[in-house]
Order: sequence, then C-alpha cells, then structure tokens
Amino acid sequence: MPAPTAAAPPPASIEVRGLTKSYGDHRVLRGIDLTVPRGTVFALLGPNGAGKTTLVRALATLQPFDGGTARVEGRDVRTQPAAVRGLIGLTGQYASVDELLTGEENLVMVGRLLHLGRARARRRAAELLDRFDLTAAARRQTRTYSGGMRRRLDLAASLMASPPVVFLDEPTTGLDPRSRRTMWDVVRAMVADGTTVLLTTQYLEEADRLADRIAVLHGGRVATEGTAAELKAQVGRERVTLTLARPADLPAAARLLRAADPQADPADGTLSLPLHRTDDLRALLNALADARLPVTAVRITAPTLDDVFFAVTAPAELETAR
Amino acid sequence: MTTAPAPAPSPLGRAYWLLADSAVLTARSLRHNLRQFDALLLSVILPLTLLLMFVYVFGGALHVGTAYIDYVVPGILISAAGYAASQTAVAFSQDLTSGAIDRFRSLPMSSAALLTGHVTASLLRNLLSTLLVLGTAVAIGFSPATDPLAWIAALGTIALYILAICWISIAFGTIARSAEGASGFTFFVLFLPYVSSAYVPPDTMPAALRPFAEHQFVTPVIETLRGLLLGTPTDSAPAALAWCLGILAVTVPASAYLFRRRTRA
Repeated sequence: MPAPTAAAPPPASIEVRGLTKSYGDHRVLRGIDLTVPRGTVFALLGPNGAGKTTLVRALATLQPFDGGTARVEGRDVRTQPAAVRGLIGLTGQYASVDELLTGEENLVMVGRLLHLGRARARRRAAELLDRFDLTAAARRQTRTYSGGMRRRLDLAASLMASPPVVFLDEPTTGLDPRSRRTMWDVVRAMVADGTTVLLTTQYLEEADRLADRIAVLHGGRVATEGTAAELKAQVGRERVTLTLARPADLPAAARLLRAADPQADPADGTLSLPLHRTDDLRALLNALADARLPVTAVRITAPTLDDVFFAVTAPAELETAR
Repeated sequence: MTTAPAPAPSPLGRAYWLLADSAVLTARSLRHNLRQFDALLLSVILPLTLLLMFVYVFGGALHVGTAYIDYVVPGILISAAGYAASQTAVAFSQDLTSGAIDRFRSLPMSSAALLTGHVTASLLRNLLSTLLVLGTAVAIGFSPATDPLAWIAALGTIALYILAICWISIAFGTIARSAEGASGFTFFVLFLPYVSSAYVPPDTMPAALRPFAEHQFVTPVIETLRGLLLGTPTDSAPAALAWCLGILAVTVPASAYLFRRRTRA
C-alpha cells in the first residue's frame, strides 16, 4: 500500500488550462488558465468584450472551445458534458425564467427536468422560494416580477439540483443597490453551504466584497490574478494625506519628512506620502507636532480594485499582450 | 490521469426520460396557451369564425353539389390545424432565441423532449379545437355519417396531418432567426388549403391552378376526411397516408439535425 501523502493540495473544483476560443479571425480567449478551489468564490472581472461570458458558457458546456482543457469537479467539460451538466448550475446574463409560468411552476419544471420526481421537486422549490424571499410571489406569473425577483428566481432555478458548482454570469447587472445586496447575501449563503461559485462581473465592488480570488480578464487573457488585497498591492500601497493648519508651513513640513518621499500640493495645503505601517502615522504626527507644524485633517486612502482594473486593462496593455 | 466516463444511460432509460421530459414540456406549452390571448384566438376563435363565415357568408354563393356545410367542414378542420402549426413554429423559435434554451441545455434532460413537447402540446390543443369545430358544425346543420369506426379513422387522419405539419413547423422554427421569421410560416400554411379542395372543388379552378390543387398534399387529406365523415369513397386515403408519413420521414430527422446544429454553435 502506498504511504499516505502528507498535506495533499486542496482539491480544485474548476481547473482550466490553456483554453482558447476564436470566432473566425477574432480570438476571444487566448489561453486561459484558472484554478478555483472548492467552496470558494472566484470572480472574473473584465471590461465588455473581454471574453467573460464566452468562458463561462464554455465551462457550462454551452459553448464548444478550440483548444486547452477544462475540468469541473474532475470531469472533462469537452468529453463528459452530460456529467458536467449534472454538477453545475448556471445563471445567465439574461434571466431565463419562463414569463408565463408562476415562480413556483418555473422551479418545479426545472426540478422535474432534473428528474427529481414530482414530490421532491415541489419540496425543493418551496425551500428555495422561501430562502430567496419569493414565497409571497410564488403563485404569480413571473412577468409581474421585478428585475431583482427574476434574478433571484433564476438563481433558485440553477440551485434546484443542489449543484456543487454554480456559474453566475453578471448576476447583479441592472439591479438596484438593495437587490444587489440581497443577491450578495444569497451568494454568501451558498458558499457557506460549501458551493463553489464562479461569477463574472463588471462591478469592482462586487468582486471586492464577494470573491476569495479575482482574475482580471483582458484581451482574451488573464491579465492578473489573486486575492483582492494582492491585486491592490500590485498597484501601490496606502497613502496618507495631511492637511496643514497653515499652508505656509508646507515647505517646512516637506523638508522635515523628506525621507518619506512626500508630495506637496500647495493649492490644497496638503502633503501626501506612502504609508508602510500604521506605526509610521504616529511617528509622522509626532514629528510634525514637535516641529510646531499643526495638522487639521488626516486622510488615509487605500488603492481600490478600480486602480487595478484601470492599470491592467489600459489599452497599451492590450497592445503588449499581442 | 484518467477519470471514468459517466455511465451512459441505457436506451430504455433514455426512452423513458424522453417521454417523461416531453410530458413536463407539454404541460408547460399548454399552460402557455391557456395564459396567452393570441393562442386562444388562434386555436378557438379563429377556426369557429372561419366555419361560420364560410357557411353563412360565402356558402350561399358557392354550389358544390351537396349542402355547403357538409363540404366545407373538413376544409375548416385542416385550416385550423395550420394555425396551430404556425403557433408551434413561433413558440419553438421563441424558446430558441430567448434565455430558455440555455436553461434547458444546462439541465441533464433529454434535449429531443424540447421538440416533442411542443409537438405533443400542439397536437392536444388542436384535437381540442377540432372537437369544438365539429360540435359547432353539428349544431348548425352538419350531418356527418354515424359509423364510429369512420369517426375514429377521421380523427386519426386529422391527428396524422397535424403531426406532419407540426414537424414542418418545428423545422421552420429551428431555421428561423427570430419568432417574427417563424411567423412567416403562417402564410404558407394558411395559403395551402385555399388552393386545394378545402373550400371549393379544384375542377372549378383555372386550368393552370388545377393540377397543383389536385395533387398538393392537403387535397388527399381533405378528400379522405370528407369520405370518412360523409360516407363517400375514400380513394385518396393511401395518397394522404403516404404524404403524411413521407413528410414525417423527412421533417423529424431534419428537425433533429437542424436543432443539434443550431444549439451547438
């Protein structure tokens, strides 16, 4: 018997290697590599036309791809599409609810097409309607639903089979802030239950709030990948901006702190410098106080995913990627 | 590294799921029909209006050798089947062009059930409107033969015809890029019965139209129906049967092929 291996790597739920896809001359995906650990949220971030939807559709067996491999829970997407379909739930960009059916009928229909049987389909539908706060509207035709209700019903439909992997293609595009937050709560609850979620989004805040890891897709490639904190660290660190009580003190303050590489803004009477540790802030303020250069306001700014997004999706970046 | 392939379902299992999934999708289509006014219009109000119009408006001017209502009822039934088929083309095309198809395709269901579900719903809906037209016709003076076997054969003929044109419409729905395009199919199925023996005998038509009217596939079906319902000869039955089965033999595999090609892209 082989000896048990120590510390096996955590099993990946989704593994993509060198995936390519072209429409004629247009190379939409130019070799995508992704690994999504089980039970985590992975966000694909990118501008319109970056290939996010194409990638999700390829992984969901709806879109054949040209090269590379993709596995979902160990099953090959290309050679075992039926097995993959049994493991995934997909919520597309356009809610695919049946408008003439009620919310409940929609879910029961999906349950029966999943071959759950009538009774189990009904039970599961009731459970999900309750969880997504749709019980009151369950007997209404979905054409009377709001955008947020449709998205929730659509998501509920993709959860009927309790799939271990869920793909969400722009789950909150076009939703109002309240519905967006409800959707986020729903996604967090799914992940807490052990579901793996791969979502695409154009909203940096969404990726920041929900995702364990983020890949920025640009020009058909993964431009950068990591946790939100790692990505932000790539574009710079936190900065502190100090407003001096007397703008005339600005040159003196800049001289005093010159070791920290400050930038003075005479128009605002502010001094801004990178912050390496929070301890620096205390030292900074003490030094200014000792030199009798009073400060009226302190503002700390962290880099945002916006900075990452704009840094990696700049048009010049696209050129060098070719 | 190898992963064992998922066990392929047995042929018997596949056939079972095709039936079960078709039943689910048939119920869905029938629910749609009950909740859409235009579906109700096309499958109930229009056939009845057509019946009343031909009997009371045109009937007085048309002389066909028998009571006109007896002559025209089979024609109305066949026209009504055409409306139902065009509805099927539109509904199927709507499924293909909306998010519905992605939802269905991401399910481990029988994909053929999408086609058979629409056809079965259309068949049921249409048999219902057939009975409605027949009942109304009898109430306003239609006097058919009373041989129960002939009646069963007549319903069978209608059902076969409905199946044939439904599969034509499924093929059209698969090709159409939009529901509007699919509704163009309506013109074709609405026009055909007019240039057949549905409303007037073809021998009253100009010589140029007559060969077409006598030999296009709607005419033998109508003549068979007429023979069965009125107790007149049913010489056209073999031709009607051959046409319908021939159409099915082409359209069923063609629809399956077109559907697979369309959904693979």
